[in-house]
Amino acid sequence: MTIVKLSKAAPSNKLSSSAKVTGLKVIIHILALLPVVQIYYLAFTAQISGDVVQRLIHFTGIGAFNLLLITLAVTPVAKRFKQGYLMQVKRLLGLYSFFYGLLHVLNFMLFDLQLDLALFFAEVVKRPYITIGMLAFIALTALAVTSISRIKRRMGKRWQALHNVIYLIAILVAVHFYWSVKSELTSPIFYFAITLILLSFRYKKLNALISSVFARKSAP
Amino acid sequence: TTPLKYKADSQNSSLILTDEAKVISHNNFYEFGAKKEQPAQLSQSFKVNPWQLKVTGECENPITLDYDDLFSMFAIEERIYRLRCVEAWSMVIPWLGFPLAKLIAKAKPTSKAKYVAFETLYDPEQMPGQTNRRLGGGISYPYKEGLRLDEASNPLTLMSVGLYGKTLPPQNGAPIRLVVPWKYGFKSIKSIVGIRFVEHQPATTWNDLAPQEYGFYANVNPNHDHPRWSQASERRITGAGLFAAKRIDTLPFNGYGEQVADMYQKMNLSQFY
Repeated sequence: MTIVKLSKAAPSNKLSSSAKVTGLKVIIHILALLPVVQIYYLAFTAQISGDVVQRLIHFTGIGAFNLLLITLAVTPVAKRFKQGYLMQVKRLLGLYSFFYGLLHVLNFMLFDLQLDLALFFAEVVKRPYITIGMLAFIALTALAVTSISRIKRRMGKRWQALHNVIYLIAILVAVHFYWSVKSELTSPIFYFAITLILLSFRYKKLNALISSVFARKSAP
Repeated sequence: TTPLKYKADSQNSSLILTDEAKVISHNNFYEFGAKKEQPAQLSQSFKVNPWQLKVTGECENPITLDYDDLFSMFAIEERIYRLRCVEAWSMVIPWLGFPLAKLIAKAKPTSKAKYVAFETLYDPEQMPGQTNRRLGGGISYPYKEGLRLDEASNPLTLMSVGLYGKTLPPQNGAPIRLVVPWKYGFKSIKSIVGIRFVEHQPATTWNDLAPQEYGFYANVNPNHDHPRWSQASERRITGAGLFAAKRIDTLPFNGYGEQVADMYQKMNLSQFY
């Protein structure tokens, strides 16, 4: 939603696309990094009331999900409003989603489990909602690594095939969030709905992807 | 909160206490919001005086305690207890109060009384979480808890009216709450208005909501995991900083086995979790 406003607020016709992309990237860096710097500063200086560990885990988890959904919104928004240059900030948004996801996992590992790695792996295996979250994170890591231009070029057509996994990741994350909640399901259901709406814009693509998977399976 | 006169707990004075600031700012009290910091923020105008705590049901001598009775009917003593939350964090808190056993003795339960049912105040005007689903975490109100009569009569079971030398702050369950140190924290019901002796096991809030996650007994048990996390260890919180918590092993009955394990000798604790 931020993106739509920004592109409208900017004097769009006078600026070149590359200037708009640069400006947008600066704004994304600031909006994504400032809250992280702020919350860790407060956490390390003991200024967070309540459960600081829980706060950090929830903050980075929801942050990763928000950024993932914004990333998924880029293509439909760019198409609908004919703002092709928006596609150029997709990678940055996706990488910030990965960054928040990394912090989310690290918070759990370092501050909640306090580096008890045996417990960490046992929990990942034993708890379905953590297993699913971890699968999503591993897949997101693969996408982040392969977003490096040189790797992307070398991968050719396989790159897009791999990056289609983002749709599956979104669903895994939505399930992970829903499943992790103790009571009161309003927010996870809301997030699930947004995820499905964003995926519905890719109805044709997803349909083709799914049928191609099944076609391959049924081939002799 | 006002200072209280009490007899100090000399037996447990060597335990490292959780900072008072943490004890009164990190709370699960969904009546004032489901986030840990919300109860302290949203409960400060909560009125505790006048108050009425009614002891009723299968007993010969029903009692009504008014606000002043809570502090004067029995001698106030300090009890330094470990508090283990079902969410796998824990604190050490110097409570003030009186053993529930004394109140039970006064009420004289009949032979029909097998369980004790507890109820929190229902007052949505003062407790916004009770009507606002988002704030109140989607549980049903009033909050209810229960104990078997022998558990309620155990010398460890405390009716608490204070902590850290003063009356309870609202977010910790003022003016009177239960403290059952060998059970997960959600059993220790806050801001109690009703205690009822009953014949059958009473309905309890978290057990009603998710019976596979929260049992009626809810004894601290490192060998019986919550479906979504391990109960084998816990984060012991001592202060506010990110590093003011240490991961330690969880003990059966939260380390109070010597005083309470007898009550469960014939029970399968994996079945009655």
